[in-house]
Amino acid sequence: MPTHRKQQEEARDQHSVVDESEAVLRTENVKVTYGDTLALRDVSMDVPKNQVTALIGPSGCGKSTLLRCFNRLNDLIDGCKVEGKVFYRDKNLYSSKIDPVSVRRRIGMVFQKPNPFPKSIYDNITYGAKVNGFKGDMDELVEQSLQRAALWGEVKDKLKENGLSLSGGQQQRLCIARAIALKPEVVLMDEPCSSLDPVSTERVEDLIHELKEDYTIVIVTHNMHQATRVSDFTAFFNAEESDDGSRFGYLVEYDRTERVFEDPQEEATQKYVSGKFG
Amino acid sequence: MTSTKQNWRSDEFDDDDMERSYSTQRTAIDLGLTILAFILLGVALLPLGLVIAFVIIRGGSRLNFDLFTGQIPAAGLEGGGIAPAIIGTLMVVGIAAAISIPFGVLAGIYLSEFSSGKIARWIRFFTNVLSGVPSIIMGLFAYGVVVLTTNTFSAFAGGFALAILMLPIVVRTTDESLQLVPPQVRWASTGVGASNFQTVLKIVLPAALGAILTGVTLAIARAAGETAPLIFTVLFSQFWPTGIWQPIPTLSVLVYNFAAVPYENQQELAWAASLILVLLILLTSISARIAARKSIY
Repeated sequence: MPTHRKQQEEARDQHSVVDESEAVLRTENVKVTYGDTLALRDVSMDVPKNQVTALIGPSGCGKSTLLRCFNRLNDLIDGCKVEGKVFYRDKNLYSSKIDPVSVRRRIGMVFQKPNPFPKSIYDNITYGAKVNGFKGDMDELVEQSLQRAALWGEVKDKLKENGLSLSGGQQQRLCIARAIALKPEVVLMDEPCSSLDPVSTERVEDLIHELKEDYTIVIVTHNMHQATRVSDFTAFFNAEESDDGSRFGYLVEYDRTERVFEDPQEEATQKYVSGKFG
Repeated sequence: MTSTKQNWRSDEFDDDDMERSYSTQRTAIDLGLTILAFILLGVALLPLGLVIAFVIIRGGSRLNFDLFTGQIPAAGLEGGGIAPAIIGTLMVVGIAAAISIPFGVLAGIYLSEFSSGKIARWIRFFTNVLSGVPSIIMGLFAYGVVVLTTNTFSAFAGGFALAILMLPIVVRTTDESLQLVPPQVRWASTGVGASNFQTVLKIVLPAALGAILTGVTLAIARAAGETAPLIFTVLFSQFWPTGIWQPIPTLSVLVYNFAAVPYENQQELAWAASLILVLLILLTSISARIAARKSIY
């Protein structure tokens, strides 16, 4: 696979697209396997501060897998093994000295399907604060988080109601509020709009634009239009079939979003962003 | 291509006019099978209706205040009630619940939340085996373990036997209820920085509580009606129970003892006790239903 090797080399060179001092997250030769199956290989990329970085690519290209490396959520998946290094600031998240629980407060996550806790709207926000030993004013935290997530107006009179009683779009904004209530530095979003209708999607995308001022956002998306709408940087992943027939992903191209979409350097990227496959 | 198009006509199907007709074979079979299914449903429900009706008719005549307050009459005496047996049943079931619920729920939590695949599979398998063991064997086991070592038939021995009977039901329903909670909710909890233990205790368990409660209540209902494991563990007595280390009366054993004796008064009480037992189980089942309505997933 000589062409493949070449792609890897180039992907590695693309470190340079992000100013090193601005990087909040950095991966070095990350390789993920599930049991004996390779899922993702040799990913090296920097995620810049206060920017939105989109991870795009066809199914099975490992973009969600990479996202879960950033807050060690892969720990929950049986048989998942991460090799290489994932740095948050100057700390290797996979070093044995790191407590994954405290990683997850600083690096929050919003999931594909809205998954509020089966608790009141109020408790949905305060739960994370409580388990992390928050000592401030809970009421204030709830109001601020919901306001930041553009949900306060809709729910301020029914904070005691169950989070599951909200509509899908509201649930997802509740999940975003829940994530930012912990005052994280990074918010990871795994296809946050894939189960939402277009109106809710637009609201969440607007929200992402606003949140960018305070947070670094990494978003996985299937939707290329969404990537162009919300992101500053885009990483394109592709999937390849290995000898035993299973698919693994690798980073093809990583650059500023407009460059990836308007002037891609790789043929695969060109094909993907122009809708020829995927 | 042309030939296919020519053959592709819809008038090859019958009932072209779309009007309802009862003469075609299809509608006739449809109607016939619906009626058959309805009749069979009636036949299946018949025993339930008959049992309840029979128990109400035979037991209803003694359904009065004395029944709930009076002592159990000795052979040949008139009047009396089954109050000690009601208390006895509540005691034995209470002991069984006190033993089986903590162990069962914790085992279920372990299975669903903390165990790894292979061990869990074996534990689940053996739990199922345990729930298939005939209840009289549970009684025999309790007899060997408790009665023989303490040298007395006792309420505790009976509770112990029923606890083993309830255990697999409690374990399995807890395990299944917890697995109904979607993994995404666990990820969310982990995602906000909760430990495994916090996730289980504060998110997963409350979400599954309704379902677990339902299972536990049904286990209690099942245990309350058991007779075989009690016959040679609790034995029987006609007196008020005053402790858990003595033989005490229970409803099911009272029915067993009194139903076939030649004294009419005792026979009537047996029927009345059956009625109370059925009502007790009905009541528990209804409360299980109510608990089930509270489940979230």
